[in-house]
Amino acid sequence: MVAGYNTISMGTGRSEFHPKKSRPDLEDYIKEAGENVLIQIGGAQNVDECVIANFIASRYNKQANLAAFFPYIDPGLTNKPCVRVEGACATGGLGLATGIKSVLAETADVVLVVGVEVQNSVKAVYGADILSAAGWYKERKDGHAHFFPGKFSDRAGAYFNAYGREKTRQAMARWYYNAIENARLCPTAQEFENQQKKLEELALTEPNPRMFVDHLNVYDCSKVSDGASAIAIVSDEGLKRCGISKNDAIEVVGLGQAEYDLTRAPEDPVRLTTTEVAVKKALDMAGITREQLATVECHDCFTIAAIMAIEAMGFAKPGEGSDFILAGHTSREGKIPFNTTGGLIGWGHPTGATGVHQAVTIWEQLTEKAGNSQVKIPADKPYAMTVNMGGDDKTLVSLVYKKC
Amino acid sequence: MKYEEKLENVTVLGAAGKMGSGILYLTATEMVRQKFIPANKNREFVLYAMDTSHKALTDLLTYIREQAWKFAEKNIVNLRKAYQDREDLIDNEQIIRQYAQDLLSTIRPVTRIESAFESNIIFEAISENPDLKVELMSTINKNNRNKPWFFTNTSAIPISWLDEQAQLNGRIMGVHFYNPPAVQKLLEVVKTENTRPELSYFVADYIKNIGKIFVPAYDVAGFIGNGYLMRDVLYAEKLVNKLQQDFSYVQSVYMVNKISQDFLIRPMGIFQLADYVGIDVVQFIMSVMKPHMSKENFHSPLIDQHLHDIIKGGQHPDGSQKDGIFKYEKGQITAVYDPGKKRYLPVSEFSQECDEYLGEFPEGWQPWKKINRNPEKGELLKKYFENLRLSKKPGAQLALDYIKKFREIASDLVKNKVAFKFDDVNAVLIYGFHHAYGPVNDYL
Repeated sequence: MVAGYNTISMGTGRSEFHPKKSRPDLEDYIKEAGENVLIQIGGAQNVDECVIANFIASRYNKQANLAAFFPYIDPGLTNKPCVRVEGACATGGLGLATGIKSVLAETADVVLVVGVEVQNSVKAVYGADILSAAGWYKERKDGHAHFFPGKFSDRAGAYFNAYGREKTRQAMARWYYNAIENARLCPTAQEFENQQKKLEELALTEPNPRMFVDHLNVYDCSKVSDGASAIAIVSDEGLKRCGISKNDAIEVVGLGQAEYDLTRAPEDPVRLTTTEVAVKKALDMAGITREQLATVECHDCFTIAAIMAIEAMGFAKPGEGSDFILAGHTSREGKIPFNTTGGLIGWGHPTGATGVHQAVTIWEQLTEKAGNSQVKIPADKPYAMTVNMGGDDKTLVSLVYKKC
Repeated sequence: MKYEEKLENVTVLGAAGKMGSGILYLTATEMVRQKFIPANKNREFVLYAMDTSHKALTDLLTYIREQAWKFAEKNIVNLRKAYQDREDLIDNEQIIRQYAQDLLSTIRPVTRIESAFESNIIFEAISENPDLKVELMSTINKNNRNKPWFFTNTSAIPISWLDEQAQLNGRIMGVHFYNPPAVQKLLEVVKTENTRPELSYFVADYIKNIGKIFVPAYDVAGFIGNGYLMRDVLYAEKLVNKLQQDFSYVQSVYMVNKISQDFLIRPMGIFQLADYVGIDVVQFIMSVMKPHMSKENFHSPLIDQHLHDIIKGGQHPDGSQKDGIFKYEKGQITAVYDPGKKRYLPVSEFSQECDEYLGEFPEGWQPWKKINRNPEKGELLKKYFENLRLSKKPGAQLALDYIKKFREIASDLVKNKVAFKFDDVNAVLIYGFHHAYGPVNDYL
């Protein structure tokens, strides 16, 4: 992978954002991200195929047929094979997987992948309706007004019962603190300008079930975001064509995908079992252990999801994810820095873009292009991993990357 | 008759007005809330929105629809539960739409008084015209077999006077909302010696159900809110006269407004507040209160002069401020009206001299908006007032005098049996006027 690019993650928290003022549209984000990748890879003529990852613009923006926006990015992409993929919040990961498979199938040497979502087109209360499509629609009626916060609040409640509330809540607050601290180092992050001083104290605000959900407060949740991320997936041949040095690229060494029945409740509410499968597949394909990873981007749509993801990846035993966070292992100076540009909570969660944003962050870290966000990549740990989750642990894409 | 039965048929008089529209909306929300209770499922609630203009009633429905949507969006968690048995309502949007429809369907916009003849409860929210209030209530009372209860929104007229004049036999009570009723948390409630107890039981439940709080007041013209406000305006005018010995009229008005807003850390200065309320309304309230106040002269030449020049203040239909004592641009004061010159003089032409005279704010000063939101407000105010007391600058000294007067007015309201206790006056100033602190405090 080469030539990553992120637009700003736009939404509350960014000084440019005002709900009543006009903002960039879907096509503006697509164009900005796509153009900037094309500049880095020597132009549209070098691209063989394109993939656009978008969850649900048909409802947020009343726009479908998104693949046809590629020629809008650059007329040079006219008549190239383009496809749009969707898998709820794992859409970006699926976009990458699709591109990777094209390269592996040797139908393409250079695939441009753009992930995009523009969600501030409606108020959050209506956005909850739209996002609930990531679950089984027949559960919507009995679901919470804030459907997915409701799902993960239920998981948090089960986790509290199983492993204790106090420590878990402290770990959730610490996760929030780390996310914002990391976001403050990344100029495109939605929380880049966050100046709150008492972050952990704030994150320990008691949940208000009357207005929101039972076991989560708003700081436990990723925000509503607009944005796009893009990257090029290239073969060795493609790399040469684009005139890019291997030092500026990262190698994909593991891909793990997994799917769980949308109509079924989680096998175990305190475990992300599908995540476990996808991560294992990715590590197996890479032929490495998690101890060889220098950094991880996990899908922290909610703080409780981060704790469970840490356990699903095997960094901590069931019930000990909180200890792992509270010991500082996931912070940027820790044993294994997680979500170094803020993750979904700190950087933002423009749904279809998230999986691609994770890959861009890893590309930046492994190629030492992460600016103020840069963490140390030890020579004996040249690997990194992303985990992108769609719905309530239903659609999973995990990737393992290696420094070239 | 039980609470919910009484609520089955209600009329709001003056429903399209600033206060009436809010009272109508809140009552409609309460009707829908009652309807959610399983025992009330088959009960019909009817709310007559009575006003004189069809156009105003059409606009009223737009306002109510917007408010209903906002309310439903904010309370979606509970509304999903309330509509749980409606299998056709799945998405939040469907539920919000249904709520707005249910709320609107309780309302019957009418222009003819006959509709009120079948109501159990009449909320009266017409202009502060004593004779018109008496005429309307008396007519309804004579033609309504239900022996209706009257809840008047008057902020000035003694309730016992209305009771006697309209011959309501104790079926009246003062239920005074603050503007805008949909947003303001506080109500002032006034019983007379003859008010029937069942009215106050109903009102207590009603206020609680619509999520508000109330303070009781004695039945004295102006009650606590206007009892305070009118005296504040009169004191401010006195101060303007004093300052005019050394400064021009517009400079004096500018300075008194600045003292009462910035130095006192209030949401707006006293003359801006008069503009907000409406200069004509201030004059009208004074004139209504005057006959009931034998010892005080409730009359403001400054207000009279503005009205003579047809300067009224108040708000445009979109809620923006009309020009009054001040001229406004995007809500900011830009000029002061000079009755002598019959025109507005830009603040920028004279403010520097005034600001220099008043002196800088004492250390620890913060604007009202900032300090009022701060969880450590009490400590911040304490420090600020300590510094205010130590300052020898004219602005600080005038502010101290103002605060003393502020406390004296509050003290008189209790002494003269307008308010039951100091806490009630503080509550009115804090919740009704959004002051950061009440007149009775430990700061000075």
